[in-house]
Amino acid sequence: MEMNEKAILEVRDLDISFKTNAGVIHAIRGVNLDLQKGETVAIVGESGSGKSVTVKAAVGLLDANATVNAGQILYRYKDDNGNEEVVDLLTMSKRELRKKINGRRIAMVFQDPMTSLDPTMTIGKQVMEGILLHKKQDKNAAYARALELLELVGITDAEKRMKNYPHQLSGGMRQRVVIAMALASDPDILICDEPTTALDVTIQARILELIKDVQERLGLSVIYITHDLGVVAKVADYVNVMYAGRIVEVANVNEIFYEPRHPYTWGLLAAMPDLELDDDRLNSIPGSPPNLLHEPEGDAFAPRNAYAMAIDEKMAPPMFKLSDTHFVASWLAHPDAPQIELPDELKARIERSRKEAQSYA
Amino acid sequence: MTKYVLKRIAMALGTLLLITFLLFVLVRIMPGNPFPSERMSAEQIANKRAEMGLDDPILTQVVNYMSKVLRGDFGKGTSLYNGAPIKTVLGQCISNSFRIGGLAILIGTAVGLLLGITAALNKGTFIDGFATVFSIIGVCVPSYIFLIFLQYFFSYRIPFFPYFFDNSRFLFSSIVPSLSLSLFTMSTIARFTRNEMVEVMDSDYVRLAESKGLQGGALVRKHVLRNALIPIVTVLAPLIVDLLTGALVVEKIYGINGIGKLMVDAIAGEGVDYNYVLALGILYSALYIGIMLVVDILYGVLDPRIRVAAKEGGDA
Repeated sequence: MEMNEKAILEVRDLDISFKTNAGVIHAIRGVNLDLQKGETVAIVGESGSGKSVTVKAAVGLLDANATVNAGQILYRYKDDNGNEEVVDLLTMSKRELRKKINGRRIAMVFQDPMTSLDPTMTIGKQVMEGILLHKKQDKNAAYARALELLELVGITDAEKRMKNYPHQLSGGMRQRVVIAMALASDPDILICDEPTTALDVTIQARILELIKDVQERLGLSVIYITHDLGVVAKVADYVNVMYAGRIVEVANVNEIFYEPRHPYTWGLLAAMPDLELDDDRLNSIPGSPPNLLHEPEGDAFAPRNAYAMAIDEKMAPPMFKLSDTHFVASWLAHPDAPQIELPDELKARIERSRKEAQSYA
Repeated sequence: MTKYVLKRIAMALGTLLLITFLLFVLVRIMPGNPFPSERMSAEQIANKRAEMGLDDPILTQVVNYMSKVLRGDFGKGTSLYNGAPIKTVLGQCISNSFRIGGLAILIGTAVGLLLGITAALNKGTFIDGFATVFSIIGVCVPSYIFLIFLQYFFSYRIPFFPYFFDNSRFLFSSIVPSLSLSLFTMSTIARFTRNEMVEVMDSDYVRLAESKGLQGGALVRKHVLRNALIPIVTVLAPLIVDLLTGALVVEKIYGINGIGKLMVDAIAGEGVDYNYVLALGILYSALYIGIMLVVDILYGVLDPRIRVAAKEGGDA
């Protein structure tokens, strides 16, 4: 299978729909995504834009009513003999995925640590479970490894905590345990599905730092799913902005924050609360995402886009290349399109954060 | 944990004493005569009443009765069984009811769990649909209708099982009443297990376990069943009491000398037999309270949240 040389995971033309009582929802409409070894890629978008579905397809956790209509998810790994292999995760059965991929090669951290740990099993057992499953180790070795992992994720009194049940730990501690569980069998890729959304603001930064820290130490590649651009700024190398089942802008993190090109990205940036602003109001993007029960004609964002042109109503824009790392799916990037200036507020904000960044450098 | 258990036991005993007191007072102020008035003259009745202390002030009676009960003496029947000691009669009836009820619990729980688990694992398929229909029928059809149905087909049309209960062939003749009694429990357990399991299988922690690579039997055993079982224990408890205390109608129809039939006789006989009604009332309450006590303790074993909370509460 053809695959970009440096990539560890490549999503190609992914197309997924869900059968519901109301009809077929076309949730993912041709998604492409690259993850290179050791990098962090963020997928950003509103609820329902298809962020989670995309990664769930890669790990075989799609709901039963989902159908993959087309696409590939290529994954490159070294097999037990050290030979490089490329597989299409979508062609693997669930059974095969669980045995060879889940936990062992691709691990996940979920949104809500309050509900993602089994309430009737001790922390220690839950961490050891993954180790015992994938590594041929005896219980003592697994215990030692679990203890080591808990210490790695910054849990104090790890030995005592091993015997605790999830409800005896705080939310932040639980998320650390979930991260320790994810690391249990030395995965290559860590998928973090809104890992800090359910946590206290003061804890959020620490969990992000922790993930960054273990990523560097263990050489992991990380996919972040989030709707919080603040998180993106802290952790991501590359950013994929997703809207209505498509990726509308891909860029490295600087390009997204300093040279955004898609009006939707502008909206997201402008919607971030800003203390510097005189205005007390919070900005939002007018309207709501389209109902994917009825496939939108043309650009799905057009109805909410103040800069929409006639062609947006008729034809969905292709990906325009702006630089080696920056792509945007907007007709505004077409050479014949009128040159649109960024909204003033956003311009001022970008200018300010540029200066701020310089003062820190 | 020990402190938690002891506290529960003390509460259970207190409740039982209170219920005994209330039962006694209620039975006394209820209209009705404990003696078969057609066969006894007014003078005989008056003598009997005096002998039994029925004319004493009610508080004195309560105290007398309670002190006797606490020593394990339930007195004699006032109209049933020619005044044989209640303990002897009750012993035989309890043994019959418990054996048949116990068998029904066993069948109901085992088949119900199996059916519920199978349905949950095959959610949305024909098996799931079948289990749902079966459960609805099982909950709706009263056990005695099912009993008559079984009698008709398997005793009359195909003469295999006996028509009536036969103590000399205990196990064999228990099958039909046990089966009909178990139907309700079976259906309730099946439906509950199915719903609980479907819910647990949809939970975040099961999703996380899957993302660790767990699947199939190990996933169900380690993460699904235990979490699904906790609420099932709660529904199971009252069902068990219902079955143990005997089904009034089923025992009557199938001619089983059990406590259900005894209760009917004690109330609807020639006179209301005070002592039997009381003894049975106390027995029912004790069973209920006892089972609830076991459930509370079992909860602690199954659910660490309760166990640890109780422990922390005990330390404080």
